[in-house]
Amino acid sequence: MIELTDVHKQFGRHVVLDGVNFRVETGETVALLGPSGTGKSVLLKHIIGLLKPDRGDVIVDGESVPHLGRRELTKLRQRIGYAFQMGALFDSMSVYENIRLGISDEACYRDRGFCDNRVAECLKLVNLTPDVARLMPAQLSGGMRKRVGIARAIAGHPEYLLYDEPTSGLDPVNADAMDALIEQLQQELHVTSVVVSHDVRGSFKVADRIALLHQGKIRKVGTAEEFVAAKDDVVRQFLERDFEVAELEA
Amino acid sequence: MSTDYTGRATGEHSLPLVIKAPRAFGRPVIGAFEHVGRLGMMLLELVRALPEWRIWLPRTVEQCISVGYGSLFLIILTSAFIGGVTAIQAGYQFTGTVPLYIVGTVITESMILELGPVFSGLLLAGRIGARYAAELGTMRVTEQIDALESMGRNPASHLVLPRILAGLFMVPALVVIADVTGILTGWWAAKRTLGITDADFVYGARYFFRNFDLWYSVIKAEAFGAVVTVVPCYVGLTVTAGAEGVGRAATRAVVSASVLILLLDIVLAKVLLPT
Repeated sequence: MIELTDVHKQFGRHVVLDGVNFRVETGETVALLGPSGTGKSVLLKHIIGLLKPDRGDVIVDGESVPHLGRRELTKLRQRIGYAFQMGALFDSMSVYENIRLGISDEACYRDRGFCDNRVAECLKLVNLTPDVARLMPAQLSGGMRKRVGIARAIAGHPEYLLYDEPTSGLDPVNADAMDALIEQLQQELHVTSVVVSHDVRGSFKVADRIALLHQGKIRKVGTAEEFVAAKDDVVRQFLERDFEVAELEA
Repeated sequence: MSTDYTGRATGEHSLPLVIKAPRAFGRPVIGAFEHVGRLGMMLLELVRALPEWRIWLPRTVEQCISVGYGSLFLIILTSAFIGGVTAIQAGYQFTGTVPLYIVGTVITESMILELGPVFSGLLLAGRIGARYAAELGTMRVTEQIDALESMGRNPASHLVLPRILAGLFMVPALVVIADVTGILTGWWAAKRTLGITDADFVYGARYFFRNFDLWYSVIKAEAFGAVVTVVPCYVGLTVTAGAEGVGRAATRAVVSASVLILLLDIVLAKVLLPT
């Protein structure tokens, strides 16, 4: 279970998170919505300990992430897969090496046979062919980079998966395919997932619950149905824009 | 006067001089202390990463090849020209005034004590420093370093330690090559332009030579090797502002490393050479 309690974060004078309270139960998928620049990625980085809150606490499986020592934090991170917005693949390494780096168990990481199988398995899970493994990141399209990023995130058999804008920059067809992939991974791996996105339709499709981050605070949390029925102007404004686009596309 | 939405003054210029003056002085001082603190933390991380030799050792070998072999041509070319020009200029200044064997002394001592280490250091600050700062800076802004950390892996052992160790191993080796190349080409140029005999050159070279001179050259090279790797790695890791930030980091890394090399040059001369 992931729980953020009264989390505050500011960079210089710019307040990004202003008392966020947020909870993700084990096994569920929560989509974190919000306009660009509201601090969704910042919130995600607090969960994995890449950022520390100025105030408040982030608890994962009963452990306070900001107060973990180096070793404990490393162990926690090995249980969490993080798919970065642009893939964050290592340019100097092949796809194979990138995914292999995601294998968190050191003995397995050094076992070449295990790595070969695991890399092929992860590529298959994200619907890529095994021959992609020998390519360099520069040879991949944007969608493929994101998929390889997800393959790397799942390589270490994580219990949690954090997706940072998995559909941003993708065309509608590829965005739908990415949503389908997230759903498929959820069903096959049974992980607890947090999907940061500003894509309302996709989030409604993949998430059990949705949270809206607005002006540094969680404005609303609920199911897709509860969001559609919401009377809150901010929620309605955010949803309507996306549904108008959806209608135009239809 | 700039004001906030309530009409209260917020602009710096509205503050009295007693606050503005210490603030103007205090900010850079605090900034400098911040850099020292962060650099210290980075060095501490490197020490902590030493037991992870399985990770840094193969990467260090790769970096050694890149730094050493990759810089070899540039170092040989530059030191060859420096040695040759030193011989010609020494001949121009000394002919008819001092014995010609002094040319051997000047070339050997200036290459070993000063020109070899300092020119190599400055060249490598440009070649390695800019590359390290740009590489790590790009990795920082494209979240590759965050990705490494998110997988529970240590950027110090994967990225920083191999680069710094490669500098510490390869820069002294390159400086020795620069010293030897400069002396040999200087010798050759002196023979061709001044007509100095081999015996005179060797006599001059050995006349003022002390074994410590070689150690001094290597000590300087080691110090410069640390500067041209530690500073750019630190600058690269602290990049914040996208592509522009990476460009600025590369420039800052080269300038900072070059200035530090010149400062260290005078400090080491004062501390290590008996006067």
